Amino acid sequence: MANPAVELTGVTKRFGDEMVAVDGMDLSINDGEFFSLLGPSGCGKTTTLRMIAGFEFPTEGSVRVHGTEMALKPPNERPINTVFQSYALFPHMTVSENVAFGLQMKKVEKSEIADRVKRVLDQVQLGRRADAKPSQLSGGMQQRVALARALVNEPEVLLLDEPLGALDLKLRQAMQVELKDLQTRVGITFVYVTHDQEEALTMSDRIGVMNEGRLLQVGRSEEIYEAPTSRFVADFIGEINLLDATVVGPDTARLGSGVEVGVPTGGAQAGTEVTLALRPERLSLFDLDEELPSGYNRLRVRVTRRMYFGDVYFYDVDAGLGAQIEVKEENRPGVELYDIGEEAYLVWSPQAANLVMA
Amino acid sequence: MEPAGSKPRDGLMTTAPVTPELEQAAIRAESRRGFLIGLPAAFYLVLFFAIPLVLVFVYSFATRSSTGQTVLAEWNLESYQRLFTPGVLVIFLRSLLRASVTTAICLLFSYPFAYYIATRTPRVRNLMLIFVMIPFWSNFLVRTYAWRVLLGSDGPLSQLSQNLGGEPIRLLFTNSAVLIGLVYGFMPFMVLPLYAALERMDWRLVEAARDLYADGWTAFRKVTLPLSMPGVVAGSILVFIPSLGAYVTPALLGGAKTVGIGDYIVSQFLAARNWPFGSALSFGVMFVMLLATVYYFRAGAKTL
Repeated sequence: MANPAVELTGVTKRFGDEMVAVDGMDLSINDGEFFSLLGPSGCGKTTTLRMIAGFEFPTEGSVRVHGTEMALKPPNERPINTVFQSYALFPHMTVSENVAFGLQMKKVEKSEIADRVKRVLDQVQLGRRADAKPSQLSGGMQQRVALARALVNEPEVLLLDEPLGALDLKLRQAMQVELKDLQTRVGITFVYVTHDQEEALTMSDRIGVMNEGRLLQVGRSEEIYEAPTSRFVADFIGEINLLDATVVGPDTARLGSGVEVGVPTGGAQAGTEVTLALRPERLSLFDLDEELPSGYNRLRVRVTRRMYFGDVYFYDVDAGLGAQIEVKEENRPGVELYDIGEEAYLVWSPQAANLVMA
Repeated sequence: MEPAGSKPRDGLMTTAPVTPELEQAAIRAESRRGFLIGLPAAFYLVLFFAIPLVLVFVYSFATRSSTGQTVLAEWNLESYQRLFTPGVLVIFLRSLLRASVTTAICLLFSYPFAYYIATRTPRVRNLMLIFVMIPFWSNFLVRTYAWRVLLGSDGPLSQLSQNLGGEPIRLLFTNSAVLIGLVYGFMPFMVLPLYAALERMDWRLVEAARDLYADGWTAFRKVTLPLSMPGVVAGSILVFIPSLGAYVTPALLGGAKTVGIGDYIVSQFLAARNWPFGSALSFGVMFVMLLATVYYFRAGAKTL
């Protein structure tokens, strides 16, 4: 098997004596993969990216790119390019001068530079703005120049540091699709840093979730969303209800209120303290006299809040567990609404929940 | 409800809907207020700057009587013609050369220093800026006299040379002494604008250049230097102009062979009592400075 595009082994980055930005990180990113590093601000994802780019050197560990050790090499000696969060376009150069910069530094022949710059600018639909200064372009256009400036060098790995953060919602969604298409087309390994879970879920082949300098879970979008292995990952990705529970037998757990519910326990010992993770969209509300699907869990609840989001209704319901439980019901034609104070059954399939250890 | 104390401004506040005429009146009132704010400074400049300048201009066409009196009649261009005699041109060229070399040395020393300050943590930065400004807290004349001691033939520099078995160093009253004094005196005027330009610098652009395969020196040449050009231009002008017309430094550290345009003008007004010629010299210097400044701004602007 070929070497992974990027391989971090035992990478730790300390700033001064106190601050540990990245803590013993092991990560392997495959060739041609769209990999996202996801986490809240200050989790170490940008520091990780900067160590791959060469802007920071790791305090300990190894950074390999296609098998070659790069940990202490300066950025200009790495076959890697970056799309910066702020784009970092050179304000004193035109669009085409910006894009040509990398090729000029690599001493590519003039005629070839002109060809490649023209081709990549056409690719990002900026062929006609080649002579404009960056300040004359809109945010979305600047974003595409930054992308073109990196891609024109045909790097082995492209690093993207929250590249869509500064764009407004519609443009961001359009660029997400564009970026994913582009990556599929050029086949370059993308390492994408974001704090936006939706962005990560929709674009990535795999996601690594980070918190406090540690890589908590790596997996496909579906795995991260549906089978989080830690409370933090479950809570960080999407809306979720986290209920304290105790395993009482095979595929049975007891909630704080004493009610026992069915849940896949995966061989956990009876008496183990666990967290029951329930996505709001997997929950439904039923009338008290309505017939319930057999084998489903049910809790008697009281509605405490209803919010209208257009496509969905969000309910907060009280099941006597301390925290409120959030329920998401699709706004279908003829959907039955529950009023505040009304009692109902909260119903879900045992397969819809999963257990997170502690 | 109107907040307490707010008053209709200039009687323009009406309850009627706004019309184009009322809008124009409101805009005129705004601009009138702007004018009033600028008035004190404008008044000061006209009184103490423009009027004396006009006087000097008028004097430059006047005649010097045999007793050294300025005769405000028989207007002529003799003083200006004298600007182009070899003796005066040599002084002019010496001053130009000296100001250029001073500017170049200041730039060469200040850029790395300003770069160093600008890349420190804010605490260290402020401390170092205070160090740069400390000389301003004492009198320039006093500090220049101190250089006489340092550069004198029995000064510490010369002593050191002799202790090491060398010749005594005679720097005082030479062109080198004047140059040292000028560089010393005007260095902060170069450091501060350079620092201001580098401090505003977006270092992510340098990272971007490094990311695009530029080594450290190339990234500096292609990104940092062009983007700090406004500081280079401002600093150079701030050093070049005062060193071209410098008077104190050449007068104290220089000798007969180091006469610059500044001390030459002073001698016309005092010793030679030739006010018309001194005035013409002043305007000659102003003209050269204007040309130099315009040229420099143009050249600097090209790289922006």
